[in-house]
Amino acid sequence: MSVQTPPHPAGLAPAPAPFLDVRDLRVHFPTEDGLVRSVDGVSFTLEKGRTLGIVGESGSGKSVTSLALLGLHKGTRAQVSGEIRLEGRDLVALPEAEMRALRGRTVSMIFQDPLSALHPFFTVGSQIAEAYRVHHKVSKKEARDRAVEMLKRVGIPQPERRAGDYPHQFSGGMRQRAMIAMSLVCDPALLIADEPTTALDVTVQAQILDLIGDLQEEFGSAVVIITHDLGVVSDVADDILVMYGGRRIEYGSTRDVLKNPQHPYTWGLLRSMPHLTGDVGERLDPIPGSPPSLIHLPGGCAFHPRCAYKGWVPDGRCTRERPELRLLSGSARHLAACHLTDEAKQEIRGGTGPDDHAATARTAR
Amino acid sequence: MTAPDEAVTAPNAAVTAPDESEQAVSTTQPATGRPTDRTTDRTTDRPAGESLLQVRGLQKHFALRQGIVFQRRIGAVRAVDGIDFSVGPGESLGLVGESGCGKSTTGRLITRLLEPTGGSVVFDGEDITHRPPARMREARRNLQMIFQDPYSSLNPRHTVGTIIETPMRLNGINPPQGHRKRVQELLETVGLSPEHYNRYPDEFSGGQRQRIGIARALALRPKLIVADEPVSALDVSIQAQVVNLLQDLQREFGIAFVFIAHDLAVVRHFSERVAVMYLGKIVEIAGRESLYTRPRHPYTHALLSAVPEADPDATERRERIRLAGDVPSPIDPPSGCRFRTRCWKAKDRCATEEPPLARVAGSPAGHLTACHFPEEPTVAARGEDIVLDPALG
Repeated sequence: MSVQTPPHPAGLAPAPAPFLDVRDLRVHFPTEDGLVRSVDGVSFTLEKGRTLGIVGESGSGKSVTSLALLGLHKGTRAQVSGEIRLEGRDLVALPEAEMRALRGRTVSMIFQDPLSALHPFFTVGSQIAEAYRVHHKVSKKEARDRAVEMLKRVGIPQPERRAGDYPHQFSGGMRQRAMIAMSLVCDPALLIADEPTTALDVTVQAQILDLIGDLQEEFGSAVVIITHDLGVVSDVADDILVMYGGRRIEYGSTRDVLKNPQHPYTWGLLRSMPHLTGDVGERLDPIPGSPPSLIHLPGGCAFHPRCAYKGWVPDGRCTRERPELRLLSGSARHLAACHLTDEAKQEIRGGTGPDDHAATARTAR
Repeated sequence: MTAPDEAVTAPNAAVTAPDESEQAVSTTQPATGRPTDRTTDRTTDRPAGESLLQVRGLQKHFALRQGIVFQRRIGAVRAVDGIDFSVGPGESLGLVGESGCGKSTTGRLITRLLEPTGGSVVFDGEDITHRPPARMREARRNLQMIFQDPYSSLNPRHTVGTIIETPMRLNGINPPQGHRKRVQELLETVGLSPEHYNRYPDEFSGGQRQRIGIARALALRPKLIVADEPVSALDVSIQAQVVNLLQDLQREFGIAFVFIAHDLAVVRHFSERVAVMYLGKIVEIAGRESLYTRPRHPYTHALLSAVPEADPDATERRERIRLAGDVPSPIDPPSGCRFRTRCWKAKDRCATEEPPLARVAGSPAGHLTACHFPEEPTVAARGEDIVLDPALG
């Protein structure tokens, strides 16, 4: 077992308990091939009205984390440990019956694929109304009115008529709006959005992200948005948590992580992205190799086989010793798990300003 | 990448792969167009010079039928509805647009996986629009495709060797060094190991599978590759590896590309010219510099403004254009300009008169826009946010 990492980036807050406080969350799946450590010691905090972006590639454990927040690993073979404290209550220890009362009402989720998340056999209106009636003692009529109101709120034209439609009669963007309407029908305090816009076109994606932001402002919910797209988190998130191989490797405010990234993996993600502006003559700078297997995670730093800078750390520490999350000197809440010293990072960046992550690419080769 | 031997040199001796310096020059379009708009100049998307691929008035309508025994035609999905463009040797044309705009159908029409309803496709000087399938094999030697899904586009029961070899065997090509050796060379070219020859596709990751698909497309040394969303199924870090690989191949072997993607940033990186499609039509086509810095069609402008950038400063600076709703149905597209139902500039004229794809005043040569009321040719002076979505106050 590893040493406990600081649960929240502030490191200074025993004061009022945060709204959502995840501590050392682990989700392991026993399989024939061995134990899959999908999530291995993840901690973060989130206040009401704020948005946390969890970023990572496929297999980094971001979706499994989101399912754990909803308690959806209960009753499966998954081994969940750690704490998920929502307003002081630990969701990991909560029995399924009590979790069910919270799910949909206090904690709600927007799934990636609305076509498979909506039931094809029932009308959109009735599904939203049902989500409301599960948690509120109201008549069918009242629930239906509430559903129509929610559809209107998320910008579905002619909501009275469209509430009687089936999911297949909706377009992709409208289905995602209907999903959002359903997840917000009970005014949840915590909204989890797992790749909410990945299946959508850019113009519709922009609508949906704006919509989630608007509704969040209105209802004051806390939002966890899970995505592989750094552009999306830059747009909507206040804090960013970068995951790799089931663990946190960088955590801080959106501005800190994107403008002054501290982990070679984050550098790699930012450098490998093509941009809409700037020089196109320059080649993209991909991260070599591919994401690791979660059963046989590389020893030491899980990223070391793909890291171009492990030579900067003496004695091959990267291959032997797992780096703990360290607070960046001079920052209140910017954490990164890397053995590189601040001086080495400075040197890798070629003495350029901390804002210039593009410069690191050139000096590194 | 390994250095290719003679067997893998450019397919066409006349085609020289554009090196990086040339590339940079070719993308910088003159900022000011010529003062006189001559008709010849106004409607060609590419400066003079021979074309490898000429597409004229290309159409594909999928018939909608009703009834079981006596099927009646009750309408048609106008997936591609009259598009023109051309691709020069060694050039890369990007085709972007939202789902349902007809970009993938266009790719399949060019490679003749689909039979066009109208128009013509001229490839390498020969009209292949209605060439029977048996005779298409000949043309496909020079015209290959890379598919989006690296899982369903490789036969799981064939070894990597068989998969890459098959196009050569079908075309009766016997490389001097033998099939096996040639396949192993190709595997090295795309960054895999020759030992992978006897493995099966399920032993590979998504990015590696896409490399196998690329090796298969390269096997016949084609002049043109149609790549349909080749990187959209891949993780961000892997995506860049594959884009770089394709770029190397394009430059090294002088292969022309039609690069179909919905990701505008990837297309900007890969293609010298870009065509934007909307509901089966090309609404704007231009050199990349011109298109990305001076979009003239409101739709292009809206698309660019919707792409999130991983830079908090850019996010704050950016002007927002939020279109209402989704793309209308291609079964019954809006009259006149197809974008008018989501356009904030639409006037009566847009409903009655379809705007031609032509050069509008202020655009450089080769920048064509299908709009009656084009945007100002600059993005430097950004306007106010345009939000049409009723849910966004």
